[in-house]
Amino acid sequence: MIKRVHFPASPLPYLLVAPQIVITIVFFLWPAGQAFYQSFHIEDAFGLGSEFVWFENFEVLFTDPLYLATFWRTILFSALVAVVSMGTSLVLAAFADRVIRGATFYRTLLIWPYAIAPVLAGAIWSFMFHPTLGIFPYFLEMAGIDWNHYMSGNQAMALVVLAASWKQIAYNFLFYLAGMQAIPKSVIEAAAIDGAGPVYRFRTIILPLLSPTTFFLLIINAVYAFFDTFGIIHAVTKGGPASSTTTLVYKVFTDGFIGLDLGGSAAQSIVLMVMVIALTVFQFRYIERKVEY
Amino acid sequence: MSKIKFDYVRKSYGPNEVIHGINGTIEDGEFVVIVGPSGCGKSTLLRMVAGLETITGGEIKIGEKVVNKLEPAKRSIAMVFQNYALYPHMTVFENMSYGLKIRKVPKAEIKRRVEETAEILELTPYLKRSPRELSGGQRQRVAMGRAIVREPEVFLFDEPLSNLDAKLRVQMRLEIKKLQERLGITSIYVTHDQVEAMTLGHRLMVLNGGNVEQFGTPIDIYLKPETLFVATFIGSPAMNILDGRLSDDGTAAILTTGEAIQLAKPLLSHKGQAIKLGMRPEHLIRCDADKALLYLNADVVEQLGADTILHANLGGSGETVIARIDGVVPAASGERFSFTIEPENLHVFDSDKGKRIN
Amino acid sequence: MVENRPFLDFVTHLVLIVGILLVALPIWIMFVASTHDAVRMAHVPLPLLPGGQFWENLRLTFFGNGLKGSETAAVWQLMLNSFIMAMMISIGKISISILSAYAIVYFRFPLRMTFFWMIFITLMLPVEVRIVPTFEVVANLGMLNSYWGLSVPLIASATATFMFRQVFLTIPDELLESARIDGAGPMRFFFDMLLPLSRTNIAALFVIVFIYGWNQYLWPLLVTTDQSMGTIVISIKQMLEAETGSPQWNVIMMTALLAMLPPVAVVIGMQKFFVKGLTETEK
Repeated sequence: MIKRVHFPASPLPYLLVAPQIVITIVFFLWPAGQAFYQSFHIEDAFGLGSEFVWFENFEVLFTDPLYLATFWRTILFSALVAVVSMGTSLVLAAFADRVIRGATFYRTLLIWPYAIAPVLAGAIWSFMFHPTLGIFPYFLEMAGIDWNHYMSGNQAMALVVLAASWKQIAYNFLFYLAGMQAIPKSVIEAAAIDGAGPVYRFRTIILPLLSPTTFFLLIINAVYAFFDTFGIIHAVTKGGPASSTTTLVYKVFTDGFIGLDLGGSAAQSIVLMVMVIALTVFQFRYIERKVEY
Repeated sequence: MSKIKFDYVRKSYGPNEVIHGINGTIEDGEFVVIVGPSGCGKSTLLRMVAGLETITGGEIKIGEKVVNKLEPAKRSIAMVFQNYALYPHMTVFENMSYGLKIRKVPKAEIKRRVEETAEILELTPYLKRSPRELSGGQRQRVAMGRAIVREPEVFLFDEPLSNLDAKLRVQMRLEIKKLQERLGITSIYVTHDQVEAMTLGHRLMVLNGGNVEQFGTPIDIYLKPETLFVATFIGSPAMNILDGRLSDDGTAAILTTGEAIQLAKPLLSHKGQAIKLGMRPEHLIRCDADKALLYLNADVVEQLGADTILHANLGGSGETVIARIDGVVPAASGERFSFTIEPENLHVFDSDKGKRIN
Repeated sequence: MVENRPFLDFVTHLVLIVGILLVALPIWIMFVASTHDAVRMAHVPLPLLPGGQFWENLRLTFFGNGLKGSETAAVWQLMLNSFIMAMMISIGKISISILSAYAIVYFRFPLRMTFFWMIFITLMLPVEVRIVPTFEVVANLGMLNSYWGLSVPLIASATATFMFRQVFLTIPDELLESARIDGAGPMRFFFDMLLPLSRTNIAALFVIVFIYGWNQYLWPLLVTTDQSMGTIVISIKQMLEAETGSPQWNVIMMTALLAMLPPVAVVIGMQKFFVKGLTETEK
């Protein structure tokens, strides 16, 4: 954690950490503190004064059916993104792992969606599924399906999940492939000598050995779906129709910047913070981290 | 070149003292090896000389100067590390010249010194290479070269050969010895290796648990170990230690099995007391049964070709004894052997304190 | 491959190629859209093969004000803003993290652990979580509509600091000891040893942070009200909103194409560093 030998005491280390610490305090800790403070206060109608209200903001939040619905919707959304994206990546990685020559070629062609901004992903997918112009609705109509994600909540959700999963495939693929390549060849060979075929080997050897990767990716995907999909939702559905694609982060944004409900928005921020902390702690505790304290 | 003086040197980490007051002087130009088991404080002591660990008590002097508070760079020492600590992103030349560059030695002078040193160490063809392109032995030489170009007053070696394979280790050991003799620079060499300890230095400091057990020439330490620890630590296979007591007149050691072994000189001050009797495996001599002082029952016989190592038990007592017999000795487990030993090769230690008494 | 199964090999390549095509399909559709004129892009069914308007669209988009009616700044201006923001975030993040990691690993000083934990906590405070109060801070500091306001609040990062800390911890202690015996002071050691030895990690981090910076959305959306300070990424959204009036998907998709080009080029061009960066910052 710290080197055996150090430089003699001097003010230098303070100068070295100063930039990061100052930025952390000004843009992280102070705003977080503000959010914390505001979450226990209600501003009066004119924004002139505020009153300390204990947990009222939180009570309001957790008795608000809209908020609770958003909460569960976010969970569902995360789960869908994780399953779709990780599932696809796992299959692709399993096959890519078999390829000896050309693995890098395939990898190159699979990883670049990582670099696309969420809002761009949203724009592209909403273009492809544009109810009147889009290519997919055109084909879907031929199959007798009427597509309009501006009208149907389920279709909107499906589209957002697709766009979000598509962008995340690259990431999951890389980690699954790395995980598979880290499995010693001798283990696979031993299983083959024991008479296990490729599919059986995958199910009984590779998959169990990949479980730390899977677990790690689950958390990363949850965080991704929680926080990094704002741009996608904003571009594709704006949380609609009728809030059917509003996630927790999206709601913080709309309540805070459009609804201007500071206390409520702050309380939501605090709830999110607790969730991030829980996920981080979870990740640190149950995954073998290289970071030690 | 200067001498090094330890004056009641101590080191503690918090409340935990690991070096308990070491005294001793290393003469100008002398090569001293510090040996001891892991955790004995030998590396810590060396690092205190280097200035990489603070000195929590006592004084270290290099030449006439107390160096306790001096920065490592100001102590005019050079150190060779176990893992060489070469700067991986620099060429051999840059590695060797780095310290000189910081000292603002003129470029031409740096070049001259590096090239001279490279010549001595046969590194000239490799000056432009990076450390990762070198073999283990070459890296080792670069580490030494880096120390030599500095023209320090003291060389410090921290187990410099332990990362090499056995063959290279022998070769580098000889090179270090020759080099030290040639340069005549005061050197401290830390190792846990028996052979390096015995062969390299003029004098040997045996450390155990933060204390000096013995400080003397290697042969003295082999022939007259001052403590039980030194007796068993130096020498391979280790010295046999048997329980026993002195006879009432102090002239003989009596083993638990009843054999009485005559000592070279009577130990009048310890008459009748419990002792530990030490015998080196190579000092046990086979003899006819009627002249034997010891009877050993073989457990395992290891044939090494040049000699035979006999792991045996002392007739019925359960105490194990190792004997080293010259040449090939056909033997089977369970076979009985008779041994004798010259009285001057007996080591008698006080049973409580482990101090030598003969 | 453990055994020789030609059929399985065939399936393997088939699945991978289908996978690649599926992943690439949206980009293909985007590309096709950027090669047709506005009229063609307004009637069903939309083309699936490229047309001849690519260069014309590129010229219109890159030097024009983007979409008619969207009131965004010229696309080259937006891309320049994005580039400056991404570079400021990358350089800023790398600089402050490597310095603080250096202090935390190589010095023992009072409050060291406090600083460590302060940095650690930022791991749990993504900008989305503290968005409203952070916006207020930036507004109060008068940093709205400036490059500083766009980048500085995003440059503190626990992951980057931890990555450098990890790198430094794997550098043998003896290197520092040896350098100290050679007479190197703290800053000299930093510039002569640590910086060159962290080169590949810096490159890896740069790739990740550049993409992160370039792709920022919510934050620039809030702190830039002045169109000339906008970024290319947020302009897409503004164009989408304008689209309901006058569909110009060719321009929107050309802008999207331009917006994704720099980060995609970085990922593909620096693939080795990208993979290293991902696995080392996140794990």
